[in-house]
Amino acid sequence: MTDIRSEIAYLEGIPRKNGELVFSAPWQGRVFGMAIALTAERFQWETFRSLLIAEIAAAPEREYYASWVAALERLVVEPNVVSDSDLATRRAEFVAMQRDEIY
Amino acid sequence: MSKDDAHHPEPPTDLEARALALESLLVERGLLTTAAVDSVVAKFEQDIGPTLGARAVAHAWVSPDYKRRLLSDAKSALTEIGITEHQAEELIVVENTSSVHNVIVCTLCSCYPWMVLGLPPTWYKSAPYRSRAVLEPRTVLREMGLELPQQIDVRVWDSSADIRYMVLPMRPSGTENWTEDELAAVVTRDCMIGVAVPRVPASVG
Repeated sequence: MTDIRSEIAYLEGIPRKNGELVFSAPWQGRVFGMAIALTAERFQWETFRSLLIAEIAAAPEREYYASWVAALERLVVEPNVVSDSDLATRRAEFVAMQRDEIY
Repeated sequence: MSKDDAHHPEPPTDLEARALALESLLVERGLLTTAAVDSVVAKFEQDIGPTLGARAVAHAWVSPDYKRRLLSDAKSALTEIGITEHQAEELIVVENTSSVHNVIVCTLCSCYPWMVLGLPPTWYKSAPYRSRAVLEPRTVLREMGLELPQQIDVRVWDSSADIRYMVLPMRPSGTENWTEDELAAVVTRDCMIGVAVPRVPASVG
């Protein structure tokens, strides 16, 4: 894995406090961690970064980490790693509280 | 499901559910491990949240009036020292004394006062900690390096969807002339979960 710190140093708009990253809810930390972990091996960081830039441009008013979620979904759906319907089904199961995995 | 419902009367928000769906599917397909995500988060999040809790603790140590307010209305007391972003749940600060030691846990999931302590450590979310902290707190604490005298009463606080807890540790002796910043530096995340107590380095104070 390349140095993650240098990679995120080039990200504009990432919420920080005193230079350190801040997450305003735990899910944001998970999303951040997933993106970094996925781009350590299987995916290219640059691929994720360009998806993120596109997502932010498409909805600039949206909560910052909502764009990360959207970019992550595209990162895994486009190469058919996970399908849109897999994600939709799984999401519905969590909303219906049929799943209680803890992350 | 009734116990679970007590913890989570509300379903996850849309964004939470999307994040959960991603992690759940990617782990299931072997593209990701939760440990890999944990380690990234830990690297970045280590000091951010706990710093806020530590500031409140240090201020309570130097100001008895502030301590009283922190124990009776934690959120207002945090606002007083500039910690204005709060999570929706109630926050209760429980005080360690010479006769009582407090520990926090979430037996059913991983409810945590993340606004003051950052993201929960991996062990806090683990099944063994969640189940054993209530059943045999002394043993769990001993395994984590904290031996408590038998006469100290151990109280375990089980977090819920509505209430989160934070421990106010005891001020270590030998710190009488310390500044608040120096005091805050010895208040670690684990001290505010209650699985450790503040240690004063031998070379200082």
